[in-house]
Amino acid sequence: MERTPGIPTPERLEQGPVACIECVQCIPCNPCEAACPQKAITVGAEITALPKLDGDRCNGCGICITRCPGLAIFRLHKHYTDTTALVSFPYEYVPLPEQGASVRCSSRDGAFVCEGVVSSVRTAPTFDHTAIVTVEIPKEHLMDVRGIQRKGGQ
Amino acid sequence: MKETDILIVGAGPAGLSAGIAAAKHGAKVLVIDENRKPGGQLFKQIHKFFGSREHNAGVRGFRIGEKLLEETEALQVEVLLGYPVYGIFEDNLALYGSANGVQSVKAKKLILATGANENNLCIQGSTLPGVMTAGAAQTMVNLHHVQPGSRVVMVGSGNVGLIVSYQMLQAGIDVVAVVEAAPSIGGYGVHANKLRRAGVPFYLSHTINRIMGEDGVQQVELVELDHFKPVPGTEMILDADTVCMAVGLTPMVELARMAGCQMVEIPSLGGVLPLHDEDMCTTNPDVYIAGDISGVEEASTAMEEGRLAGIAAAEALGYLSTECAAQEKDAIRARLNTLRSGDFGQKRADAKEQIVNYFHQGGKQ
Repeated sequence: MERTPGIPTPERLEQGPVACIECVQCIPCNPCEAACPQKAITVGAEITALPKLDGDRCNGCGICITRCPGLAIFRLHKHYTDTTALVSFPYEYVPLPEQGASVRCSSRDGAFVCEGVVSSVRTAPTFDHTAIVTVEIPKEHLMDVRGIQRKGGQ
Repeated sequence: MKETDILIVGAGPAGLSAGIAAAKHGAKVLVIDENRKPGGQLFKQIHKFFGSREHNAGVRGFRIGEKLLEETEALQVEVLLGYPVYGIFEDNLALYGSANGVQSVKAKKLILATGANENNLCIQGSTLPGVMTAGAAQTMVNLHHVQPGSRVVMVGSGNVGLIVSYQMLQAGIDVVAVVEAAPSIGGYGVHANKLRRAGVPFYLSHTINRIMGEDGVQQVELVELDHFKPVPGTEMILDADTVCMAVGLTPMVELARMAGCQMVEIPSLGGVLPLHDEDMCTTNPDVYIAGDISGVEEASTAMEEGRLAGIAAAEALGYLSTECAAQEKDAIRARLNTLRSGDFGQKRADAKEQIVNYFHQGGKQ
């Protein structure tokens, strides 16, 4: 994962919110490239190339999150407070979590990582039913938390 | 008896795209489909599609279906629905069933876009209620809004198995296992990761041994595989009420056989399929094919193949010049090459090239 060109550098993570593109296989797909208003994502003419993130251009707006059909783009904000970070991820389940709710945050494997608080839930017609959920978590779990466990059912 | 320039069998993504492409150049097109609604499988694809953004990537499948229907309507392509095509006979005469009995239509060119059938596993308990193909479960959930059960075991981790598993989760159903005989996941990692994040367990190098239950599925026995051979003593039992089979598809070639098209066996594309050239024309010069019948892939390539067949058929009928057609066909082929590149596509690109080579060698394999 570290060698994936869509992952921001540790230095960039220090500087504020940034996209984190966890796209690791050469599949034919490029909507993320056009999604970015800052032109911070490059796929190129060969659309099976991995998306490359330009950390200097990315301002962490998060628009790309809902445009990725693979739901593989996240937004990371390492220094939200002295002790907490924000992780934003795409969410396509109902019901949506509620802002302010305490949630069990989970890893890429769905395993419990830590408790967190829902900082925001964004929806918009242009998102086409993919919501952006942001959770506030202890800073040390920034690179582990990528979702929340749902109550009831799976 | 009806008469038309081009008869297209199948109103899925390939058939509709073929109809649109041919009608744009002035050909009179008739599309017949046995289903009551057009769009093939597109209307149950609620996920956002991969591909190139110029061609609907990032758009949910059913919206692409809506777009195709709008275009079909705008071009006044005639679409007959609920009518199965029974056969193709001499002089391109096709018979189809209708409310008024069997009807016939004579076409100058035929495009077969009949799609593919889902494969199944025959094991102990596989006839129990609750055992179904992944596509059937997807139809229940996404079209009819009915849950097939509450605890699903998915057999197969290709993109169909992964996508349908995710849609089961979205429908509030528990996916208790994704079972894969191979040692690695078959489909895209990003699809698998959606399930992983939801905590769905993957059983790689495993298969289902048998399905148990009285009046329906109650338990599923898994067994570990070593190079696809069951390892005795590794059996384990899961509680489940539904088993979904996502174990590949087979091209539906019956009509192509009746039309005298020579077949070729390409296991990586689903088995036996009609030999065809780079214009999607079969060994019967009046019969073209597009979509899963010409090798199982996905909707994006099916639409491009449909356009290719539609333009080639219209060209053969003189609706556009060779130069004009060549330009359009080259652009489509370039897009197909792109869709068939990368980690997952190259094998399909090679197989497709092989088919065209066989065609030009007179069908020698």
